[in-house]
Amino acid sequence: MRKGENVLSLTGLTAYKLSELLRKREISSTELTEQHLELINALEGKINAFVTVTGEDAIKQAREIDKRRARGEELPSLAGIPAALKDNMCTKGVKTTCSSEILYNFVPPYDATVVEKLRAAGTVMMGKCNMDEFAMGSSTENSGFAPTKNPHDLRAVPGGSSGGSAAAVAAGEVVFSLGSDTGGSIRQPASFCGVIGLKPTYGYVSRYGLIAFASSLDQIGPFTRDMTDCALVMNAIFGHDSKDSTSAPVEAPDFTGYLKDDVKGLKIGIPKEYMQSGIDQQVAAYVKKAIEKLEELGAFCEEVSLPHTEYALPAYYIIAPAEASSNLARYDGVRYGLRVEADDTISMFNETRSRGFGEEVKRRIMLGTYALSSGYYDAYYLKALKIRTLVKQDFDEAFAKFDCLLTPTSPTPAFDFGEKADDPLSMYMSDICTIPVNLAGIPALSLPFDTVDGRPVGLQLIGKAFDEGTLLRVAYTLEQNTDLTRPKPDLEGGAAE
Amino acid sequence: MKITQKDVEHVALLSRLKLSEEDKDKYTQSLNAILEYMEILNRVDTSSIEPTAHVLPLKNVFREDEAGETLEKELVLANAPDRENGCFRVPRII
Repeated sequence: MRKGENVLSLTGLTAYKLSELLRKREISSTELTEQHLELINALEGKINAFVTVTGEDAIKQAREIDKRRARGEELPSLAGIPAALKDNMCTKGVKTTCSSEILYNFVPPYDATVVEKLRAAGTVMMGKCNMDEFAMGSSTENSGFAPTKNPHDLRAVPGGSSGGSAAAVAAGEVVFSLGSDTGGSIRQPASFCGVIGLKPTYGYVSRYGLIAFASSLDQIGPFTRDMTDCALVMNAIFGHDSKDSTSAPVEAPDFTGYLKDDVKGLKIGIPKEYMQSGIDQQVAAYVKKAIEKLEELGAFCEEVSLPHTEYALPAYYIIAPAEASSNLARYDGVRYGLRVEADDTISMFNETRSRGFGEEVKRRIMLGTYALSSGYYDAYYLKALKIRTLVKQDFDEAFAKFDCLLTPTSPTPAFDFGEKADDPLSMYMSDICTIPVNLAGIPALSLPFDTVDGRPVGLQLIGKAFDEGTLLRVAYTLEQNTDLTRPKPDLEGGAAE
Repeated sequence: MKITQKDVEHVALLSRLKLSEEDKDKYTQSLNAILEYMEILNRVDTSSIEPTAHVLPLKNVFREDEAGETLEKELVLANAPDRENGCFRVPRII
């Protein structure tokens, strides 16, 4: 970096603007990376968005990109851009913990497919982001290490489970990040932290190397500062992967082609069930404001009913824990991670799992084991799978008439630390607007829209399977035509703890 | 009460989790609250509904039976808490 000069601040900008500066060689990836590392050093004591910062590696990657550019190579648009990953995506040679004691020392021998793709795109990897342990939670309070704080108000949770990934982008520590979404774990923290978060259609992004929570629901997706960046990251990570047998055999288009400032003639449904129980009045008012805006721009908005909405949450809390209880059986102290020594193997399993897993993870393992156990399978698991059919049918019927749906992302803005930590059910409720989407396997994104008392509020757009394009179009139009409040994080004041 | 402390002990055994007395009490309470909430599912008649385990219409995925790349043994064993002669080592079983 040029010492003593008036150095241009390169943090807080979008990937596509930085990409342009890099391409014209007005800035180098090395100085861009150094500035982001400096900000990480300055802020991590307050925010704790990261489990691991890979500063030296990042500088090496940035220098390599600068060399290639100096040689005149044409590089992809994300080349040289600093980014971060949720700590449940395997990174070869870099610790991957799922924010759990049981994986405190796990160093994967391979890269997840999304990581391979980002490396191929020349992205600079800044580190691994904090999360609720094994992605089970809505606040990062379940992290096995320490919670992440919301950059907009340090008394508030950043949302979860991908709270670290959302906070890192909101605070300007990285330009974009990846999270994973099983019941809202990208969209809810995106809403709480005032950034964009997209959960793709199930099967559109490879899950290879994503440490499994609930395999029929998990999807990886981006956190970005604006819709153009969202499309750029989608271009980098979407597409079929033969290493994931649930990967859809679909060619991904160039998503930037959907960034059109035009919603004329689009039919947008407003599911009335999402505007009812427990919704903050100001959040509801923002949804109405967005509807008015979309109508003014030529879209057609109408109320629609998704009658099985209230059953989605209880069905999810049977299906997801059931799948988790099976997926987490592999943590036994034999091949990797924590081992607590004992005299015999069974005791070693018991001791290791009891010490290694946190309270919520144990609760979900037991809940799932119970729902799958002899005598309860039909009453719980099979019942939940049938409810899942009905939830999906509700969406199918709505999409026969509408191009997409508009709802709040979460019923409230970010809540305070401790507010829901002792009451699992009330914590589960904060994902009430996002969970039905995962059961149906369809795409949805959260777009920052406004704030309540300085805390961001996002809108959720829900689309048909493999029709992310319509979501991009509607969100981009809203972005272009409204004075979307992109609150700047307040890290000077608000530090009350 | 949907489940008793005895049920929690049984589920913990199946889950290979060792719980303290205090834990058992805590989980009995929280699991009961969750399971009671799930009662609302019984309001829905699902007798004629097919279950959905998976949203994609996926079929078996086959590939040619050809050896591809595999991970290096040393890399895989590097994470093992205990190892011996290229194997994972565990406490005595028999």
